[in-house]
Amino acid sequence: MAAAAPSVMKPEGSSTMGVVPGTLAQALLLSRYQFRDYLRSRRFVLMMLIVAVIGGILSFVLAYFNSNPAIQGLTASGDAFYGSAWAGGVTIVIIFAGIIFGGDAIAGEFQNKTGYFLMGLPIKRTTVYVGKFLAALAASLVAVFFYLAILLANGAYYLHGNAFPFALGESFLISLLYLFALLGSVFLFSSLFKNSLYAVLVVAVLFLFGFTLLQGVITDLVKIEPWFIITYADQVIGYPFLSTLPPHVTTTTLMGARGATLTTTSYNPTYLEGFAIMFGYFILTALAGLWLFEREEFT
Amino acid sequence: MTPSLEAVGLTKRFGSFTALDHLSLKIEGAKCVGFLGPNGAGKTTTLKMFTDLIFPTEGETFINGISVQKDRKRALSDCGDLIETPEIYPSLTPREALEMSGALRGMRPEEIRSRTAVVLEEVKMSEWATQKVGRFSKGMKQRVNIAASLLSDPEVVILDEPSTGLDPRGMAEVRNIVRGLKKENRLIFMSSHILSEVVDICDEVALIDHGKLLFYDALSNVSSRLTGNATSVQLTFVRPIPDETLSAQVASLPGVTSVARVDPQRAKVMITGGAEGQAQVLERLAAARMGLLSFEPSQSALEELYLQEISKGD
Repeated sequence: MAAAAPSVMKPEGSSTMGVVPGTLAQALLLSRYQFRDYLRSRRFVLMMLIVAVIGGILSFVLAYFNSNPAIQGLTASGDAFYGSAWAGGVTIVIIFAGIIFGGDAIAGEFQNKTGYFLMGLPIKRTTVYVGKFLAALAASLVAVFFYLAILLANGAYYLHGNAFPFALGESFLISLLYLFALLGSVFLFSSLFKNSLYAVLVVAVLFLFGFTLLQGVITDLVKIEPWFIITYADQVIGYPFLSTLPPHVTTTTLMGARGATLTTTSYNPTYLEGFAIMFGYFILTALAGLWLFEREEFT
Repeated sequence: MTPSLEAVGLTKRFGSFTALDHLSLKIEGAKCVGFLGPNGAGKTTTLKMFTDLIFPTEGETFINGISVQKDRKRALSDCGDLIETPEIYPSLTPREALEMSGALRGMRPEEIRSRTAVVLEEVKMSEWATQKVGRFSKGMKQRVNIAASLLSDPEVVILDEPSTGLDPRGMAEVRNIVRGLKKENRLIFMSSHILSEVVDICDEVALIDHGKLLFYDALSNVSSRLTGNATSVQLTFVRPIPDETLSAQVASLPGVTSVARVDPQRAKVMITGGAEGQAQVLERLAAARMGLLSFEPSQSALEELYLQEISKGD
């Protein structure tokens, strides 16, 4: 070390120690830097590419098959357009965003050893958890807004004056609740595993098809309402665009050969049910994830 | 307030394996304490419990009298630490990482800016201040980590083998940094495998093995622990020293029990009376104007004691 290196001596009578900020202030500070890390990362570029591809395919289909009556029906009204394009696509965008930004949020702290840097600071684990949740939420919102922007651009082109229906605002707010619920679940699995890959894989399998498969099995075989599955609740995102809400229970009897009958029952959540499931998922999974993180050791 | 670290009945079990067994240790005052022990002795486990990275099965740790387990935020508020080799978010630059660290500690923006410049210069990372950490080598990351642990100018610094992973030049630089910290009136608790590093930097040493504290004492007393109450000290002179001078002016000094020549310019003397006795001999040697260049309590004494104590447990 060069003799001329500046001293780290504390000046007489002064202290660099201020008052350690409160929990919320620290969480916001941490989320700011974590968000900055996300923005510069390859995963952010990947997420934007995924949204661009989804939006790009949609735009291409609308433009290329413009003369098709089905497409013309889709672009006939704001509700029809957004009910299909927004409600159908935003859940996929949210699931990908949750996996990409939240999958390793907690597991990565252990596996990548970034936790050793953070946890040596005067900061509570709850603060770290909340800060990272906020950062993942903010990064996911960027993706959701990007998707919304693509749809709005298409809407403005095809729908003109009907490009911004009120129902879109309502649906957007419900989507936010779904995002909270999904991130809560993702953070739970991220806390459960100290390995990022396991956390990401489990979340991807569950949300991309696991829950949907389970929902089908429960409805068809067990014949009960799958009120405890989050993907069942996401249907309510499309409800604001419907003039009539679907019936809560629909029983269909099909006549088969030689007089045999097959009775099937399908369920649709009510608004209240959908909200309760999503809110419940958010609270329970986020708290369970926090409980786990508080008890995990950096061994 | 005097900086302090204390472990009270600290026990850690991983299943049936006991990593730490009722370790109690109190370190107080501005000094550097080396924490020695073989691999698996429980050094890192102890330090991790001082920083709340792992939780004690029994017992408690205190920093400046505040329980880490009960109030980690307050306990760590005036403590800088470096445990293992932490990773920093790869897309951040050292400046941003330190800015985040300082802001979370409650430092004012202008203090963060000025301290960041100082500590990055101290660890020779100024020219990399705006590059992304993800591109750095392990040694460079370790320097940034050291800078982060010093940013708030804390009274207590906990370092877990800080020179690990560095090349010989980097190790020497880290030693110089730690030595520089000592001048700043703070308590440094540093684990290390390297005995010469501890002898070079530390004032006191704690030895741990199989999760138990074997001893904690001043480095100057280590030799006397080994050889009764006498400490082995090596004297180096600027020019060859005649035998008669050694016997007349060194062997005759109060507290000196024996003198043995090592080579024409160096001699090994045994001094009784602990640190005080050594200080008196040093003062008299300096006053005698014999061309004394250095006065070093024997490094090998620590090594001998280390091996002696460790072998007891085997």
